[in-house]
Amino acid sequence: MDPYLRVTDLRVDFTSTDGMVRAVDGVSFTVERGRTLCVVGESGAGKSSLALALLGLHDPRRATVAGEITVAGHGLVGRPEAALRRLRGRDVAMIFQDPLSALHPYHPVGRQIAEAYRVHHRRAGRAETRRRVVEMLDRVGISQPDRRYDQYPHELSGGLRQRAMIAMALVNDPALLIADEPTAALDVTVQAQILELLTDVQAEYGTAIVLITHDLGVVGQVADDVLVMYAGRVMERGHAGQVLRTPQHPYTWGLLASVPSLRGDPEADLRPIPGLPPNLLDLPDGCVFHPRCRHTEPVGHRCRTEPPQLRAVGTGGHRLACHLPTRERIRRQAEETTRVGVAR
Amino acid sequence: MAEPCGLGSGPSLMARFLVKRILSAVLTLFAVSVLTFLMFFALPRDPVSGMCPKNCNPERQERVRQELGLSDPLVDQYAGYMLGIVTGRDLGGAQGGRCDAPCLGWSYVNNEAVTDTLVRVVPVTLSIVVPAAVLWLLLGVGLGLVSALRRGTWIDRAAIGFTLAGASLQIYFVGAVLLLVFVYTLGWLPVPSYTSIFDDPVRWAGGLVLAWLSLALLFSAGYARLFRAQLLETLNEDFVRTARAKGLSGPAVYGRHALRAAIAPVVTVAGLDVGAALGGTVITETTFGIQGLGRTAVDAVRAGDLPTIMATVLVAAVFVVLANLLVDLLYAVIDPRVRLS
Repeated sequence: MDPYLRVTDLRVDFTSTDGMVRAVDGVSFTVERGRTLCVVGESGAGKSSLALALLGLHDPRRATVAGEITVAGHGLVGRPEAALRRLRGRDVAMIFQDPLSALHPYHPVGRQIAEAYRVHHRRAGRAETRRRVVEMLDRVGISQPDRRYDQYPHELSGGLRQRAMIAMALVNDPALLIADEPTAALDVTVQAQILELLTDVQAEYGTAIVLITHDLGVVGQVADDVLVMYAGRVMERGHAGQVLRTPQHPYTWGLLASVPSLRGDPEADLRPIPGLPPNLLDLPDGCVFHPRCRHTEPVGHRCRTEPPQLRAVGTGGHRLACHLPTRERIRRQAEETTRVGVAR
Repeated sequence: MAEPCGLGSGPSLMARFLVKRILSAVLTLFAVSVLTFLMFFALPRDPVSGMCPKNCNPERQERVRQELGLSDPLVDQYAGYMLGIVTGRDLGGAQGGRCDAPCLGWSYVNNEAVTDTLVRVVPVTLSIVVPAAVLWLLLGVGLGLVSALRRGTWIDRAAIGFTLAGASLQIYFVGAVLLLVFVYTLGWLPVPSYTSIFDDPVRWAGGLVLAWLSLALLFSAGYARLFRAQLLETLNEDFVRTARAKGLSGPAVYGRHALRAAIAPVVTVAGLDVGAALGGTVITETTFGIQGLGRTAVDAVRAGDLPTIMATVLVAAVFVVLANLLVDLLYAVIDPRVRLS
């Protein structure tokens, strides 16, 4: 069966007064129904631009989207706005990072969810809509859903707000859910509940989920597949087990080393990746990561001159964009990952 | 977590809010009246010397002073005036005798009860300001909306140019140009004058339309700029993106989500502007030769007419206070977050 979402060589360009910025550069992946893809990377890696492209939400006056996105076999790029609108919220729904700012402060949450339902169910009456919304509020674990319906976002706690946001996203039974840092604004305990809710919902409805995060803890909990992005490009891609247990890219090593772990060597220091993500207006030549990479010396000048292609490593769809020779990479990988105890 | 208490669901809360606001309004008016009174007597001029005809001698001046009560202690004068508003007072034969509540005194200059003056001039100012405010709000919000939606196009630039002109021009210039064109050259409109709307609505509108237009042209500029900026800012809000992600069409996104959030600051500014304008549009009234509250106040200051000064200042203050109260109420209707506090 064809995967529900297929992204092929996606590019998102922004034209600003300072020049052109390629926020997403040649990203490809697929997500099947019932599976979760986590997109990981530091801020500025192009994750959110990718998410907005999946809903066709980029302003055509400011951004150019090229490449191919197919949802259930239908192409999204270049589709007219009216056709995109029918898709948004019905087939593809989105959950945003901060529910307090993503919900309208002046409308009761129930009415905001009802609006999402009625856009795609024009003939639904008032009572039917309300019943459906209350049902969804109940489904996402909001107690007293009938009372919550009439409350405003500021009257709900952060966790309840995000649940309401999820209810809004799920109200039309979408087949694909895009979640952009859905837990970043929440307490750790609430984070876990929200992730559990997403996994439950997925098991029940067979939803495909693209979850965008910078938090590798989240990835460990929910991901089936992982895509590691840096400066708009894919550094590494594979099943969650492959990427988390046998990460191959020095950038992924760096991400893992900068996360505190309960199981690693307690003496090992957290080691942040040196330097900052590059300015997209002035990307380094060669591999975009090389100025921050501590593993360039076995390769030499190629890292600075030639952008590495994404190619298969090992078996089972694990892919990597790095010049490090295989043997050297495996040696260094063992060193880098045992030190921080990546076995999650 | 706080219980929800909307305006409707908590009548006691609403009543508390109103009582609190009314008390603070009374306090404001009290302070304004004291300040006005003190400032009048701090002026280095004798009100009596201004109203006494040519052959003034000290004895006559003293008699007038006695009649007007100006030789009494200041506290007594103030208390007398303020009590008169509540209970009415006896002003003595020279000043029309018994003056019923709300008694605002007897004008030193116009030889009539100040209450009568106000009854004559307040409707004039209301007739100028209220239609003008409706016009300038419609024009300002409309222009702001169009230029925000068509940002960067020639429409936007034309609107910005208009607002720049509006912000730089003055009412006496715009008014004079309008008068020259529509009254004295084209003859489409009569010379501006005030007719009561109840006597002849057509003449009422015809006599005031230029005043409305010039006020609207000038005021709408600020509103267009404010609303354009607010709307552009709102369109970048996360909740607007959420609305689009739901699959809403453009008009629904604007109408239900963006406009409501962007209009709140406009309401605030409009309330303050209208309140201030109701206190008197001196320049407009002077430009068009219409006697409203503003000109009455200025004339009173010039003539040293204490009762009229006090009355016009108090009425203006009442308008400002009321406008503020109305803004607060409207704000609570627009933004549910305000209702909790």
